[in-house]
Amino acid sequence: MKRFLLLMILPYLNGIIFSCNELEIPDSIQQAYEKLPEEVDFNNDIKPILSDKCFICHGPDKAKVMANLQLHLPDLALAELSGSSGKFAIKPGDINNSELIHRILSDDPDVVMPVPESHLNLTDFEKALLIKWIYQGAEYDEHWSYIKPERPELPIVNQIDWPQNPIDYFVLNKLEVLNKLPSNKANKEKLLRRVSFDLTGLPPSPEELDLFLEDDSVNAFEKTVDRLLASKTYGERLAIEWMELARYAETNGIHHDFERNAWPWRDWVIKAFNDNMKYNEFVTWQLAGDLFDEPTYENKLATAFNRNHRTTQECGAIDEEFRVSYVVDRTNTFGKAFLGLTLECAQCHDHKYDAISQKNYYELYAFFNQVPEKGVTRSFQGVPEPNLEMPKEQVKIVQEYIEKLIELEYANGSKQDKEEIYREVWREEMEAMTKPIMIMQDMDTIRPTYILDRGLYSSLGEEVQPNTPKLIKEFGQEYTSNRLGLSEWLFSSDNPLTARVAVNRYWQMIFGRGIVDTPDDFGSQGSLPTHPELLDWLAVEFMESGWNLKHLIKIIVMSATYQQASKTVTSSLDFDPDNKWLSRGGQQRLTAEMLRDQALKISGLLNTKVGGPSVKPHQPDGLWTEVSSGGRYQRKYMVGSGEDLYRRSLYTYWKRIAPPPAMLIFDADTRGVCNVKRQSTNTPLQALVLLNDPQFLNASKALAHKMIKNGTNSEQRISYGFRCGTSRKPNPREIEILKDLYLIEKNEFDNHPYRAYDLVSNNEIKNIDKFDVKELAAYTVIASTIINLSESLQKN
Amino acid sequence: MEELLNLSRRNFLTKAGLGLAGMAMSSFDYPKGQYATDVNKLAPHYVPKAKRVIYLFQAGGPSQLEMFDYKPKLVNLNGQELPESVRKGKRVTEFTASQPKPMVKSFVNFKQYGKSGAWISDLLPHMSEIVDEICIVKSMHTDAINHDPAMCFFQTGSQFGGRPSIGSWLSYGLGSLNNNLPTFTVLLSKGSGRVNDAQPLSSNLWGSGFLQSLHQGVQFRSGEDPVLYLNNPEGISNENRREMINHLASMNNEYYKNDGNPEVYSRMAQYEMAYRMQTSVPETMDISKEPDYIFDMYGPESRIPGTFAANCLLARRLAEKDVRFIQLYHQGWDQHNDLPDHLSKQCKDIDQPSSALVKDLKQRGLLEDTLVVWGGEFGRTNYCQGALTNDNYGRDHHAYCFSMWMAGGGIKPGISYGKTDEVGYNVVENPVHVHDFQATLLYLMGMDHERLTFKHQGRRFKLTDVHGSIIKDLLS
Repeated sequence: MKRFLLLMILPYLNGIIFSCNELEIPDSIQQAYEKLPEEVDFNNDIKPILSDKCFICHGPDKAKVMANLQLHLPDLALAELSGSSGKFAIKPGDINNSELIHRILSDDPDVVMPVPESHLNLTDFEKALLIKWIYQGAEYDEHWSYIKPERPELPIVNQIDWPQNPIDYFVLNKLEVLNKLPSNKANKEKLLRRVSFDLTGLPPSPEELDLFLEDDSVNAFEKTVDRLLASKTYGERLAIEWMELARYAETNGIHHDFERNAWPWRDWVIKAFNDNMKYNEFVTWQLAGDLFDEPTYENKLATAFNRNHRTTQECGAIDEEFRVSYVVDRTNTFGKAFLGLTLECAQCHDHKYDAISQKNYYELYAFFNQVPEKGVTRSFQGVPEPNLEMPKEQVKIVQEYIEKLIELEYANGSKQDKEEIYREVWREEMEAMTKPIMIMQDMDTIRPTYILDRGLYSSLGEEVQPNTPKLIKEFGQEYTSNRLGLSEWLFSSDNPLTARVAVNRYWQMIFGRGIVDTPDDFGSQGSLPTHPELLDWLAVEFMESGWNLKHLIKIIVMSATYQQASKTVTSSLDFDPDNKWLSRGGQQRLTAEMLRDQALKISGLLNTKVGGPSVKPHQPDGLWTEVSSGGRYQRKYMVGSGEDLYRRSLYTYWKRIAPPPAMLIFDADTRGVCNVKRQSTNTPLQALVLLNDPQFLNASKALAHKMIKNGTNSEQRISYGFRCGTSRKPNPREIEILKDLYLIEKNEFDNHPYRAYDLVSNNEIKNIDKFDVKELAAYTVIASTIINLSESLQKN
Repeated sequence: MEELLNLSRRNFLTKAGLGLAGMAMSSFDYPKGQYATDVNKLAPHYVPKAKRVIYLFQAGGPSQLEMFDYKPKLVNLNGQELPESVRKGKRVTEFTASQPKPMVKSFVNFKQYGKSGAWISDLLPHMSEIVDEICIVKSMHTDAINHDPAMCFFQTGSQFGGRPSIGSWLSYGLGSLNNNLPTFTVLLSKGSGRVNDAQPLSSNLWGSGFLQSLHQGVQFRSGEDPVLYLNNPEGISNENRREMINHLASMNNEYYKNDGNPEVYSRMAQYEMAYRMQTSVPETMDISKEPDYIFDMYGPESRIPGTFAANCLLARRLAEKDVRFIQLYHQGWDQHNDLPDHLSKQCKDIDQPSSALVKDLKQRGLLEDTLVVWGGEFGRTNYCQGALTNDNYGRDHHAYCFSMWMAGGGIKPGISYGKTDEVGYNVVENPVHVHDFQATLLYLMGMDHERLTFKHQGRRFKLTDVHGSIIKDLLS
């Protein structure tokens, strides 16, 4: 009965007389059709389907176009089909004479689209959308992210007492449209925990909690936010995010994976964030600091950003093959980090989904192709050119530091018996920390750039000049044809992408999910923004504030949206499992760095020194030697000593072929290429790290010690430790459970005292002889339990 | 409560996906899962021929010319320059790009073995005993000419890092077969042929790239902590640990009541899995109860932890426990110089254990659904690198032809496939590209290499990119 319903409606609405070419719409699609929104929107509803299911053969890649039909632009898509006069793929308003509709509805494998070999299928819902879109006139719109953002009006909301700042109007408006309510405000403890992690990567101390709880002033939260933004730990927190984007590491990453000197750049990043350097300057220095008039040491140092890519010293490698791969890496990083585009797709052929041609790719590549560098550094200890000598004073500081470390090693006797080579290998690595730093520089004469056929370094095609994709914004006469001009283009207020991509990434850092869920893809295949007006409002606000990052972050955390309770109830989970509509506070697992830094902080072990050469905290023996070669190529991981064991995770030495294992287990990226979105998984290996890694065990022992000192009975001690781990006081039931465990463990250690000694040996506790070791061991188990609590792993 | 469990389960499934976590539901208090069946909508695409893979990766580029690809013609051509008519301008590494290229014969003899009459060199006496079980592919070729990109290409389908390894793809596509061990395990060993300057490995080779980190290969190591952080700290007994985990669960239950975060339950399931691994991994790694005749089969080194022989024995034990993908790496095959001495040592490392592994799997009935793969990232040149003397020479990396062998799990036994030219420089018959090999491996596991995709940054990535064909002639 329903089968012809649609066809009966259509002529009624449109007055179309059917030709003999009559369509039969299956029931299921008719049913889907009836549920569609009134108006089908091209960018929201249609473009994602065309892009994902059609563009691979009918999109921007001219070389791969089938049947001479391209659907990404209206004048191509609506044109008469070549070779079939009078026939059209899309005839606006006329579904009967739109070949596209016949094709997607066909069950003939020779006719149906997408072709069966593609393994792409359209759902009934998608088919219905396409039908309705063509029926409604097949309107095309420009892709949303290429339209310059304008500051939108604040939407009208009903619950007018909820918004704290403009962000909330956009969020509440969406919720009200969906007939939902925001959550209550989070309690002060949770709020402080959340904002402390978000702005500094560390939990609040019990004292900070007390101060905040006692502060009844109206602006208590704002004062806290200001305090956190002014803390040096803020710069470290943002630097941690930046390291993964900038694929920062201390080694070259390919083959023997030799050391490089990169930490001075990392320290510059921390300082820049702490000084609240304007974001446009911060990025411009990194892209083009060397091209400033009379660049300073720091201007040049900042450009190490573009030399953080992997390099090879493999003897047989062909120089040009690798040099090209470095330029490719810089180009792709530029695309992903600053434009939110998957430019790399256009390295070998025109982009399949976005209107970025292979020519566009190599025009952009040309900016980064002017470095007087080699693809392969044949000398193993040599530093690839161009590079920058560290200032003498700084070299001296590092050398003194190294000498001190070596003396320490010998003094504590742990390495006296080891072969001489250990010391030498170790010294080599340490000395790498004073080597010149790889930076950017342009050659005096321009190196010509060619399109590389299929991306192959040896297949030179047409010569191209530095240029940017028109799609985003023309590279006008006002810009110099070098990286400095490129930076000006990037930060022009007409550039539709730069500010949106940046604010989205910081939104993601705080909420765990971007307004655009694909921070690395704002193109056709990327997710659409959940709150497009909010994204635009933030982007304009960010630009107009003078790219003021602390301002941006402050308005985000000052919003009512941010300060909602995170408690999840079944109904809100059903409605919005990923919390994309922001009807509650975020529930995110802490990152690899936060987990370790939290354990160090709450146990009192954390060394808060900012910057300096990277350090080597505990990791299991043998991981480096297992993958490395022997003899002079051998690298052994020499665990540091003293306070170096307890620096923030940002300072942990990053060897690319064998990164710190606990960090990888908690989803840190391998730092091979730019990464702007980390996964958050949940695996048994993570449980093993938190239970058994000596780093977490040491923290448990030290926390146990603090618990004992901060209470006179087990309730007080347990409460103290619990509060350190979760930032709140335990309820009676929770105390009861932990106390029960304490009694069991205490009994166990009383019966087996040698186990207690085994457990608490190798600790950082002073005057241990003043403690009852069995008690300390039992509290160590409690402390470890606290560190392992699901609540301790979250920033709610 | 029922609702709560459903909720946590659903959320767990969407968040945690498959593989290592997918098997993690325990008997504790959580819903039972049927991970291999209802969760995994991806797979299999076909009826699988193999349930698991043991991949004996020979890192460095073993010389086919002294092992499997017999070229008597080189005896007469020894010392003569490689003609351009053979080389055809193909690129070579910077090691030998500008040096003369005198062809060099094998220092070792070959004989024919078995019903199949396969040619095997005298360096592989034990391998000669299993020629009728294996399929030797002599026509492999690859795109990369240096170790790092070439290994990466074999293991991830891309020369530059960051993509998932084959084992990660299978973990993602097929999930796990067991409840107590990881889906994708990795065992490393050092070769005795090139001790001081073997080419290095990288943990990226068993990385999960853009797939979830739970699909990462888990290294099984010789020594006290066979899986990183597996052992309880000194002083903590199993009973301590059990009590602690029970109380942790109670605490988390309180947290769930107050906060409603269903992730709590999936996390507790991981703790249970971790707890089970603390027993199951040492059990699997403990070879002390293997009978002497087994050690005798695998050779004396099989008693020494961390050797290739010991790892082959472990591989069999992991296969018995239904670990899906067991990846071994043996280093040291990079014979640029001193090939006769170094290659003989390398062959001794692998000959007896590789042969024993195939025989052992067979005698346990495991060979029919276990695919065994042996091979490196490329082969070696038919010309000499460095000085050619009467008793010494070296060979450079060679991408244009090399040999691998496979056995079991749907592979046609007792055949040699593909041919190289009479001087051993180019493939002349039935070429098998790395992507073809990968497509065939996936096919044997029941996966269509064109449908095993993961959408990342808008693009559907595949192990084989847009290439690769299943080599039907290799299938039994």
